[in-house]
Amino acid sequence: MTMLPPPSPKKLGLVIDLDTCVGCHACAVACKEWNDGGQFGPLPDEHAYEKNPLGVWFNRVHSYEVTGTEKTSAMTVHFPRSCLHCETPDCVTVCPTGASYKRAEDGIVLVDEDKCIGCQLCAWACPYGAREFSEPRGVMQKCTLCVDRIYNETFEEYDRQPACVMACPTRARHFGDLGDANSPISKLVAERGGYDLMPETGYKPVNKYLPPRPRKDANASRVQAREEKVDFSTAPPLLRWMDKLLSR
Amino acid sequence: MRPTFAIIFFTVISGCGFGLLFLAGVVCCANAMGASRAGLLTALGVGMFFAAAGLLSSLLHLAQPQRAWRAFGQWRSSWLSREGVASILTFAPALALFWMIWKHDVSGGTRSVGAALALMSFVTVVCTAGIYTSLKTIRAWHNGYVLPGYLLFGALSASCWFWMILVLIDSRSSRIAVFAPWIVLVLAVASFAIKLAYWRFVDRYVGESTPETATGLGRFGKVSTFEAPHTEENYLTHEMGFVLARKHGARLRMIALGLLAVVPGMGAISSIVVQSQSFAAVCAIAASVCVVAGLFVERWLFFAQAKHVVMLFYTRFENA
Repeated sequence: MTMLPPPSPKKLGLVIDLDTCVGCHACAVACKEWNDGGQFGPLPDEHAYEKNPLGVWFNRVHSYEVTGTEKTSAMTVHFPRSCLHCETPDCVTVCPTGASYKRAEDGIVLVDEDKCIGCQLCAWACPYGAREFSEPRGVMQKCTLCVDRIYNETFEEYDRQPACVMACPTRARHFGDLGDANSPISKLVAERGGYDLMPETGYKPVNKYLPPRPRKDANASRVQAREEKVDFSTAPPLLRWMDKLLSR
Repeated sequence: MRPTFAIIFFTVISGCGFGLLFLAGVVCCANAMGASRAGLLTALGVGMFFAAAGLLSSLLHLAQPQRAWRAFGQWRSSWLSREGVASILTFAPALALFWMIWKHDVSGGTRSVGAALALMSFVTVVCTAGIYTSLKTIRAWHNGYVLPGYLLFGALSASCWFWMILVLIDSRSSRIAVFAPWIVLVLAVASFAIKLAYWRFVDRYVGESTPETATGLGRFGKVSTFEAPHTEENYLTHEMGFVLARKHGARLRMIALGLLAVVPGMGAISSIVVQSQSFAAVCAIAASVCVVAGLFVERWLFFAQAKHVVMLFYTRFENA
């Protein structure tokens, strides 16, 4: 069914902290590893050891250079990009077969690979590049929010999180219910000013991004010769004596 | 966007096919024009053949064509599904009309079936355009010029073919055969105008989305790529980051316009001025061949020159 379900109170998603992400790609690798063997796998690569390797990844980490403004300094920002599990995504409604769907109970957007005809229209409809078509499998694939981990009762409670969240060495990725204003990640979003990517598309992403914290001072990060100013007339007697001695 | 031959063939040929069915339906409905039985049967047959060929080509584009039947299910939300449903439904009045004319059935039934066929063919082409106009991610498709374009180009190519069929088959030069070049001329002028207006729009459009809105980092300055997420191509850069047409874009646009509008228009004028059956046949054949060739170039550009917003994450464009 590719009509969108009525808005669910539960909105599972990710919050990505651009302040702490170091661009190590551990999330992308952990995602690829889990989902290659998970319920929605495999994620086969074509020409994996040849000149032009090509394969589906659910998570891609961009690194940007940001020029800075009068108030902020220039910086590099590492930017993981994956499915945002939007509230009103066109990738679901354009699907002619009902293979692409949004779960009514928790808002996770999934592809039923047994119904997918491989028309790729959903990938065209996604502004975030969340969907990648698998040529070897002939179906569209995308982030599942590790639905086969987060509800897996054979796992320890701690392990019931998406693989990317567990792998992040700087804890730049957080998982939880963004529909519940009192959940830890909703509070984190409120506290840090979490924002939507490309809000003008009107897809209402569930995942939020936390902006880099302001650097101490726009000039502090620039290497500059500093002028030394020490007023020895108010310095302690010992330093005054040393200044006199060394100034000879 | 990457132009794939299967989709270009599908949209051009099925547009022409449903256009022919539309014209045949209109002629049967209006009745007064009285095309010959052979001419109408040929138009219906060629129309159904083109429509079916286009649909089969669209199946070839699918990675799992054996599951194509599932695409009839989601017509409530998906334009692609609506297109599938409408195109199959259109075959019912088309086959019915073909059978009625074949059986020399000239009762009032042909009028209503003709009207149904014209309506369903029109709806099908509206749905085909809807597949593209519904994509907010591609501004070159999500605008008011695309739907009239699809309708006009379908009607123009179909009227050229209908004209050719009438000239070649209706030796007694029915009233409609005399009228046909005028229709071709009007549609050629309208197609010329809509395509120019479309290109004017897409060339001047400044997108609301930028690398800054995509990443949300605009408040910290201008965003450019420091390091891409992958060193080789991926599905996204391959499919949505297609860059080839930019270099020859202007020349290809002239070729497309010349073939799809100027040649049929000139052909129509010539055949109106020079009253000769054999000359009209040459003009109609040239118009029919050129309009389809021109539409292939036009449709190739429609894909190749369309920018997808996801490429903003790769900072390929300033806006989209």
